[in-house]
Formats: sequence, structure tokens, C-alpha cells
Amino acid sequence: MDLLSDFVTELRKAGLPVSLTEHLDAAEAMHHVPLEDREGLKYALAGTLVKSSSHWRAFETAFEVFFAVRGGHGVGGELGEDGDESEEDGSGDKDGAAGTGEGGQRGKGRSWNGAGGGEGMTPEELAELLFKSLMSADPALMNVVARNAVDRYAGMEPGRPVGGTYYLYRTLRNLDLDAVLQKLLGQARGAAAGGDGLTDLEERLAADEYKARIEKFRRAVETEIRRRLVEDRGAEALARSVRKPLPEDIDVMHATREELAVLHRVLQPLSRKMAVRLARKRRHGRKGPLDFRATMRRSLSTGGVPIEPRYRHPRPAKPEIFIIADISGSVASFARFTLHLVYAISSQFSKVRAFVFIDGIDEVTRFFEGVIDPAEAVARINTEADVIWVDGHSDYGHALSEFHRRWGDEVSSRSSVLLLGDARNNYHASQSWVVEDLQNRARRVYWLNPEPRDYWGSGDSIVGEYAVHCDDVVECRTLRQLEHFVGNLA
Amino acid sequence: MPDAGPPRFESLNAVRSGLADVGYLADDSISGVVYLADRLSKPVLVEGPAGTGKTQLAKSVADLTGARLIRLQCYEGLDESKALYEWNYRKQLLRIQAGEHGQQEQDGPSWKELEEDIFSEDFLLARPLLEAIRATDPVVLLVDEVDRVELETEALLLEILSEYQVSIPELGTVKATQLPMVFLTSNNTRELSEALKRRCLYLHVDYPELDREREIVRSRVPGISEELADQVARIVRSLRTLELRKAPSVSETLDWARTLVILGVDTIDAAGAKDTLHILLKYQADIERAAKELLSVS
Repeated sequence: MDLLSDFVTELRKAGLPVSLTEHLDAAEAMHHVPLEDREGLKYALAGTLVKSSSHWRAFETAFEVFFAVRGGHGVGGELGEDGDESEEDGSGDKDGAAGTGEGGQRGKGRSWNGAGGGEGMTPEELAELLFKSLMSADPALMNVVARNAVDRYAGMEPGRPVGGTYYLYRTLRNLDLDAVLQKLLGQARGAAAGGDGLTDLEERLAADEYKARIEKFRRAVETEIRRRLVEDRGAEALARSVRKPLPEDIDVMHATREELAVLHRVLQPLSRKMAVRLARKRRHGRKGPLDFRATMRRSLSTGGVPIEPRYRHPRPAKPEIFIIADISGSVASFARFTLHLVYAISSQFSKVRAFVFIDGIDEVTRFFEGVIDPAEAVARINTEADVIWVDGHSDYGHALSEFHRRWGDEVSSRSSVLLLGDARNNYHASQSWVVEDLQNRARRVYWLNPEPRDYWGSGDSIVGEYAVHCDDVVECRTLRQLEHFVGNLA
Repeated sequence: MPDAGPPRFESLNAVRSGLADVGYLADDSISGVVYLADRLSKPVLVEGPAGTGKTQLAKSVADLTGARLIRLQCYEGLDESKALYEWNYRKQLLRIQAGEHGQQEQDGPSWKELEEDIFSEDFLLARPLLEAIRATDPVVLLVDEVDRVELETEALLLEILSEYQVSIPELGTVKATQLPMVFLTSNNTRELSEALKRRCLYLHVDYPELDREREIVRSRVPGISEELADQVARIVRSLRTLELRKAPSVSETLDWARTLVILGVDTIDAAGAKDTLHILLKYQADIERAAKELLSVS
């Protein structure tokens, strides 16, 4: 029970909304599943604690840490307990479990960092065994290989406060999985050579199959590393180092490549959800005046008694949106996400026009016309928009005055203007009169800044100079904030 | 809350093998959550992409437990009168008018009697939710595509989901005589409210793994050979790794497998796959892309 409480605390720290009732449910659920059934326990906890599929990754990470497999991974059911030392490792049982005839390797119990020790398998043998395990897709054998590989290559040092990513990288680099994949494919080709060889389709299928197996193996290695880290430093400490922010909370400006990929995945369903929600809001938002004619028509079926009154639906005017986005390096991904989101709900606006700039400015509305998936258009912006004037460093002043000269007259009292950027102007002139003029023309002027509010105005950031002329300046660091803002806009 | 009664399932494995018997191949997470739902007397919220067998799960559980399936299909604009109960206005109106006529000849019922009369069960039209609560035989309640109703309508469900009862102002509270198993499905087109989620067990159903999909194909498509089923499952898995606008779902896989069986195909080659690809993929852009990437025929 204590373990569960710790686990719930960790989930909350990771940002998952776990309520007290859910905690109680989980506790009750644990009574109904046998504790030794780890998978069963995992799903019992997931069913009661995690209520959104995008939180699954955070849950899984935490679960792996807190309920890590201790002791042998059930290889052939005969592995020795790892014991208190935890340095003892039953790497030798593979011959019994897998029956590959690699006899004579009974585990000698090697210490973690004795990676160079010669009493285990040689690299060649290990590679051979890895190859076999992937060929046969035998999970038990895979685990054995993962364990040996971690022994040999990870070079783990006890007590280091790391999350294990580095160990993973080291192990996998040494195993050279790409080469293994090629070898597997070669084997498959060779096997089929008796007939007509592999067709393209078969080859592709085989490649996908082996990739899936390798991915499985990679996960086995990861689990193994995590298990050892937990033994070394305890679950709580490790959970802190492997904790990852939820997709909605990732800071867009400083996202790693991996995080950006995650963001892209959640953006699609997110924008769809928003479009649906806003369309509904528009339809059901307010009730209009009584529609007398429809009410009378309706009352005929109840003998002239108007039981269900009918109302006219109001049709509020849709705003016109001008997006002016900085797409220079530092804020590029933020601009992309915003454009994507705004276009996904473009049916809520009468017109959306997009402009991007670095030091020159270009209209990119044309890229979005006739494209179903905004992601495609956003990708084209990066390659085709003409945004460089002098040197390719942000110059808000020049870009804005240029906007004013070329398109300023088109901004009318029905338009809302969104300005996107961190307002780091490389000490150029701000030309904030443009924003002032835009505010006079447009219905609303907003500035979205992807930087934390504390940094505004520091260094070459001149967001303050523009801010006085904007209706609102919003901090938009995460998808959650962005979604909130765009939702209010429509 | 009424007593839960005896548990429907003996153990986790009983759930899994039972579901397999009625033709639904569950994985660990599905059978685990169904088992817990029974033990904890909680509704299950099933979420996942379209066509992964969410609705089928509820049907199969109904089959398995020999219960009647009551289905509430949600749609925009669904309200109390369609989901819970409705007074039969027309019948009430007739009753009142009948009373008035009576009065002219002799003494009809007093207003008090009339009022009690027209708000009695005779004039109540039970809609799915109330029906599930009032049922005396075992039932499985399926609330399909709950994400389609508005946020406010969701609140209707809350009383039923947590207390298994319905309050009708004129009649009082109707309590369940037995606990129905409740499944809610959602295609995730919007975020459901916290209140609703909190009351449910959450189950995310994703596309199945290769082995499971192969088994599903084999069990649901009569007359398919083992090799063909394997090939179908593998091609579909490869398709899902491509960046498609709509990845093929399990039901589409099954349709495809059936088509291949009807066409008398034994092994799929690139050309044959391309000709039938439109069954798996529903967008022209996707079909072109799959043909290019996977089948290398243009």
C-alpha cells in the first residue's frame, strides 16, 4: 500500500491528475489481482489511475521504475534469485532456457562494471546469440541477450544520478543493430534464394518484421538497465531522473527532437478536438429569440398546445485573422505549431491570412489553400517562403513596417491580428508605431510570446515596447497554453 | 448503491477464455479491465481509434454473460428525454381531455387525482438508461460514442454511473435492482469531463499486435488459410507504420481478408494487393502513398 501511495505521488509529480477516488479505486483493484501477476497489476493500475491515452507514456515509465522486475525475468523459470548483492547476475541460464547449444557459459556472477571481464561471452558469441534471438523472436532468449549486453557494454557505475539514457545508447551502439538488421535481411533473402528470391513486397514485410523485433529487443535492454538502476538507487530517486513532462506541458521552445515528435503526434488529435468543440460552441452557444412560426408548426402534433418552443439560432460574425509569425531559428517550432492549430480551426474564421518573417516578410496564405493537412503547408513554408532581407537575423522593425506598407490597408475593423515571436530584435529599431496603427485599424491585436514571462524585456527582448499597443500579450510556452488561447479566439 | 451480487467472472483467465469463446480475442489489458469492472462494479470507458472493436467488446461481454444488451447511441443534441425518460405528453393530454369530457356529463376525477394519474408509470416512456436501471434480468448497458454529446449532457450520466440510480422529480428515485455492466465508448474527438472519467475505469484499445491481429483474422474470417492470415496481418502492420491520414482499422482488415477469400486469393502479391487496397484505405492520397512505399508499383 505504501508503494502504491509513493507511486501515486510520483504520477502526480509527473503532472497526471490523479484524484483521491482514483487512488482508492486503485487500492481496491489491487486486492482483486494477484500481486505476482505483474502485467495484470499494470493494467489494473492503468485502468484506475490513467484516464487519457496521452498520459500512458508517463505512467508506463513510472510503473517500470516502481514495479520493476526484481530478480530473474522468469527465464525458463529456473534463474537464481539475484540476492541482496544485486551484482550477482544469472546470465548463465540461457542455455537451459533457450537451448541454443551455447553450452559451457554458466553464469559466473559478474559485477556490473566488470564489463571487460573475459569470463562471459565474447563479443562474437554475443552478437551471434543476438542474431539468433531476433531470428527466432524468442522473448526469453532476447532477455538473456539484453542482460548480457548490458553487462558487457553499458559500463554502469553505481550511484550516478542518471536516467539511463546514456547506458542505453552505449549498449546499443556496441551491438550495432543496423548491421544486425542488414544481416537478418540478408539471411531472409538467402533463404528465399532457392525460389525466385524475395519480391519487393516480401522484402518490405520482412524488414518491418525485423524492425519490430529489434524494437522489442531495445525495450528489453531498456528494462534491464532500469531494473539495475532501481536496485542501485531506489525507485524514487530514479523516477525523478526519468520523469518526462506530459505532451501538453512540453516547453515548445526548448523541446528536444524526441519531444517535438511527441508534440507532432498529439497536435493532430488536439486540433481535431478543438475544431469539433468550437463548431459545437458556435451552434449551441446561445439561444436566439423565439421562432414563433416554427413553434406553432411544432404545436400541431400536440393539438395546438405549444409544448416545445423553438428558437432562432443566432449566427455570430466570424472574425478575420491575420497571423504574423517570426520563423527564425529560436521560435520556429512555436510558429509552426500555432499556424497548424489556427488553420486546423480555420472554419471558425471567415478568413485566415498568414505572414511569416525573419527580417523580410512574405505572405504564405497560398500554401494553405487547397491543402487538407495543415502540416504539409507548414512544411512548405520552411522551404519556400521568402523571408530573408539582409542577413537572416530577426528584425521585427523592418518586417513590421514592410507588412504595414504592403498589406496594412487590408486590416479592417473585422480583423484580429496575432503577432507571434519572442521580440528579440537583435537591437534593431522596434518600429512600434506599426503595432499602434494596427491596433487602431483592427478589432484586436494579440502578441503571443513563447518565452517565459520572467525573461521578457531582458537582453534584446523588446516585447514591452510592443505590448503597450496590444490588447493582450500572452505567454504561450506549452501546447496547453496555446490551445487555451486559440480556443478563446474563436 | 445496490448489492453487487455474485461476481460474474471467476478469474482473469476466465474472462479471457470466455471472451475468446464468443469470438472476441482480448489482450491482457482488455480482459484485465473487464474483470476489474465486474469486481469493482464500475463502468468502463473504452477509448481508441475507430474500428478497433470497442463496441464489439460490449456486445461480446453481453454474449458471454448471457445478458441483454441495451444500447444508447449518443449524438449531438441528445437530451434527457432521449436518454433517460420522457413523459408521454400526448397520452397525458388525451387523459386530461378525456377527464374534461367526463366532467360535463357527471363528476370526473378531481385535479388532484388527475395529477397523480398522469405522472404515474403508465405515462412514463423509459429510454435506454432508465430501462437498464429498471431491468430485472441481467443487462449490459452500452453508451456508444459518448464523446458526441455536449459537455452538459454528460452530466446526465453521472448519477447512473456512480450510484446506479435515476431521480425522477415526480416519482422519486429509481434504484437498480441489479447492477448492469456499463461500457462507454469514445472516439476521442473531444476531452471528456474529469467527473465522468473519475467514475470509470479507463481502457485504451489500440490497434492489435501482429499475433493478435492474425488470430482475429483467423477466427473471424471463415475459410482463410493460415499463410494468408499471416500475410494480411503483416501487410496491415506495415501499412500502419506509414504516415497515413487514416490507418487501416481491424474491421477494415477483416473486410480485406474476407474480400481476398471471396476472390480466391491464396497468396498476396504486389499487384493483387494494389487492386484491393481501396478496402483497407479510404483516402486516395493514402492509397497512392501505400502503393508507392509498400508495393513499389505505380
